[in-house]
Amino acid sequence: MTMASLGKITRRAFLGVLGVGAAGIAVGYYYYRKPYPNPLEGELAEGEVTFNPYLKIGSDNTITVIAPRAEMGQGISTTLAAFVAEELDVTLDSIKVEHGPPSYAYYNAAMLEEGGGFNFWDESFTAETVRGLMGVAGKMLGLQATGGSTAARDGFDRMRQAGAAARMMLVDAAATRLGVSASDLATDNGSIVHKASNRSVTYGEVAIDAAKLSPPSKVVLKEPASWKLLGKPQPRVDMLSKVTGAPIFGIDVRQPDMLFGTVRMSPVFGVKPVRSDVSAASKMPGVIKIVPIDSSYGSGFGVIAENTWAAFKAAEAIEVEWGQPAYPATNDGIMAVIAEAAKSGDASAMRDDGDVDAAFADAPQDRVIEAEYSVPYLAHAPMEPMNCTARLKDGVLDVWAPNQMPVLVRWFCADIAGVPGDRTNVHTTSMGGAFGRRGELDFAIYATMLAKETDGRPVQVTWTREEDMRRGVYRPASVGRFKARIGDDGLPVAVDMRVAAQNMMASLLSRWFPSLPAGGSDPSITDGARNQPYTIPNYRVSEIQASLPIPVLFWRSVGNSVNGYFHEAFMDEIAHAGKVDPIEMRRKLMADFPAALAVVNKVAEMSNWGEALPAGKAKGFAFTLSFGSWCAQVIQIADTPAGIKLEKMWIAVEVGTAIDPGIIEAQMISGAIFGLSAAMSQEITFGDGMVEQSNFHDFDAMRMHQSPEFEVAILENFHKMGGVGEVGTPPAAPALANAIFALNGKRIRSLPLSKEVTFA
Amino acid sequence: MRLTVDGKDIDINADPDMPLLWALRDIAGITGPKFGCGIAACGACTVVIDGQPVRSCSLPVGDVTGSVTTIEGLAIDGKLHPVQQAWLEEQVAQCGYCQAGQIMSAYALLEEISDPTDEDIDNAMGGNLCRCGTYPRIRAAIHRAAALKLARA
Repeated sequence: MTMASLGKITRRAFLGVLGVGAAGIAVGYYYYRKPYPNPLEGELAEGEVTFNPYLKIGSDNTITVIAPRAEMGQGISTTLAAFVAEELDVTLDSIKVEHGPPSYAYYNAAMLEEGGGFNFWDESFTAETVRGLMGVAGKMLGLQATGGSTAARDGFDRMRQAGAAARMMLVDAAATRLGVSASDLATDNGSIVHKASNRSVTYGEVAIDAAKLSPPSKVVLKEPASWKLLGKPQPRVDMLSKVTGAPIFGIDVRQPDMLFGTVRMSPVFGVKPVRSDVSAASKMPGVIKIVPIDSSYGSGFGVIAENTWAAFKAAEAIEVEWGQPAYPATNDGIMAVIAEAAKSGDASAMRDDGDVDAAFADAPQDRVIEAEYSVPYLAHAPMEPMNCTARLKDGVLDVWAPNQMPVLVRWFCADIAGVPGDRTNVHTTSMGGAFGRRGELDFAIYATMLAKETDGRPVQVTWTREEDMRRGVYRPASVGRFKARIGDDGLPVAVDMRVAAQNMMASLLSRWFPSLPAGGSDPSITDGARNQPYTIPNYRVSEIQASLPIPVLFWRSVGNSVNGYFHEAFMDEIAHAGKVDPIEMRRKLMADFPAALAVVNKVAEMSNWGEALPAGKAKGFAFTLSFGSWCAQVIQIADTPAGIKLEKMWIAVEVGTAIDPGIIEAQMISGAIFGLSAAMSQEITFGDGMVEQSNFHDFDAMRMHQSPEFEVAILENFHKMGGVGEVGTPPAAPALANAIFALNGKRIRSLPLSKEVTFA
Repeated sequence: MRLTVDGKDIDINADPDMPLLWALRDIAGITGPKFGCGIAACGACTVVIDGQPVRSCSLPVGDVTGSVTTIEGLAIDGKLHPVQQAWLEEQVAQCGYCQAGQIMSAYALLEEISDPTDEDIDNAMGGNLCRCGTYPRIRAAIHRAAALKLARA
């Protein structure tokens, strides 16, 4: 396969983002103000019209709202639909919600706006300008992406405006139809009513006329006080299908005449088979064809068969010897590279307040604490293993992909199939979890490659769990070296944090655009440490890049999952060294940040922090500001004969505006359990250059009996809306580690915690 | 071979060694039970056979002797089973992928114990993994389902 033709287009497009300072400005005002074409124009049913990329209305009054972000469990389809429905004045149970086609019209500006490396609370001219330019770049690239806990923030204005504008057009059309003034009409769940004459028309009856009108140049959005849907828990639009086993996931796609398949890729990263023999596997019952795969993601084999089981058996039976790794073959060897970087690698200060070197130069030895922390690589391990279904027939490519990046899936798969993008249909299914993993393209690329081998028959390519685990793209391992000088009042005078990890963006680009040189800083290496609302006179957080070719990627909360633990566990050490209560210390260090103080105080009150606990019980605290939301957690644990039991977690989170409190509560608990699961037992390690874990028996997550009780408080004081999907994860690990220290005095500086303690 | 699935007799032409899960999904077109691990470690594929929750990914279809109930057979004449109704009312599911298996394990639990304690729930549900962390709502939904079931009886 060649990616040459693709490389030309995508490199240009991507440089628009990478070189935002130059390319972004040069494109000019007109281009980014101009709206993208409405992708729904081309796919309307009989009697159906569209008002904007978010709304279709049929003459039978069927109202379809497009929620163009990946539904992977976070409830975004419900929240986005509610934005449109609120202003359109319809209830959620009276509309259909669809994901819609991949389109540049659905670019995610918010995702890039926070990618510029500025602190969330920084509203300086420079920070706001960079945010604006980054958002513009998101539009030019047409980055229809789901990630960074951005979807609700991105859709909040755009989708409410879409609903409001359509409602105004419908009312105007109804006014003409009824021969009355628009100001005498009211809307009521899909109908337009003229009270004085007791006449009404449905949206569907006037939709065709309304769609011919020009969109209003100015729309007025409802005041939050008059919201009917927003701000209140809504029944999720996907709940019924999920309690009845409906075929909504990628793996449930069924097409006429469909074949099944799987892949077996090199478990050593970056190598090809040295020797292989597929003859025995090819002759197994139900096997149709075994084909070699060579891609920027790796090399190996694709198996096409009559059913998934036959494909799995044949893949296992392929005789193959893989090449040797171009990186240390053992886990110790890999971690040593990162540890050495943390110790002596070139550091770039990402935050540098005061004069850290001077503060340590004259520090008395007994007032300085030092620590080395580390976290392992982690797999995403969503419940639904990677899969994708593809069909290449009569010059048209159809790809059914549970994915977070539909525009990129279309680019790459069209290129592989040799068909134009406008003859490539990407159908984004519901996802059985993603956590970042489905932002990759490997599953779609492989399915498209196999679809070229089936004479037009569709093929569903499902990975085994073992393949999913061992051919993942991992949360980077990281090593941190930290130092603090404690002042006479017990508070830190100086904090110096060096954090080393692989450059995630460089790793990603090496898979998407292998010929593109990638370099520069990766702000995610220090995300969650460099940008926390603490005032410390001398405060430095430095990034050090460790050079390794292990494929790494965003994992729920990205760098915050690493640095939440590093920063907050080390803060707990500082509090202990200074003989200050950990929450009392935060109150002092966060005095300049009322939003942070409020959640700290709230969680202290909820958890009755400071109460005397019976022997064998303890609490731990942690705080992380991530994705624009401020989250404080306290966990209570108990020592039991079976091991440490997690009894209860209290969470206080400041989100600015709570769009759906029910979903926010669920996401806070979900994020915390995700973080606790990793902290307790998860690690991806290497032997012979290959991932050693293979399935849930050796890469498990929290189970029902291990789950603590939860209590969640949602605060809405800050003037900017924060994200929700990832915010619960970062403080979970340090809260638990700090509780364990309070319980038994064991300061655990390396995850997972199960290396040091047993959990019930 | 002939199987009884969700009250219907179906003929399945499959290798007897093929796990029940793949026979249901790829041959019979019953996609409610999900594939998660293939080694009976996650419970996404759980079906109920003669009242017992079974991991269909690890049971050869040739060894199936009883009547199989999947998530698709729980609702009767469009009326949700109390367990499904409770799941709906508690708004349990997030990604939803594990929930077919969770619901089937909860269904089997409630057939066995009409008003389970938290400890009963811990014991019955430990084999069902949820990566979204819906456990607190699953627990609440099982208690609610027990009440709904009693009310309907």
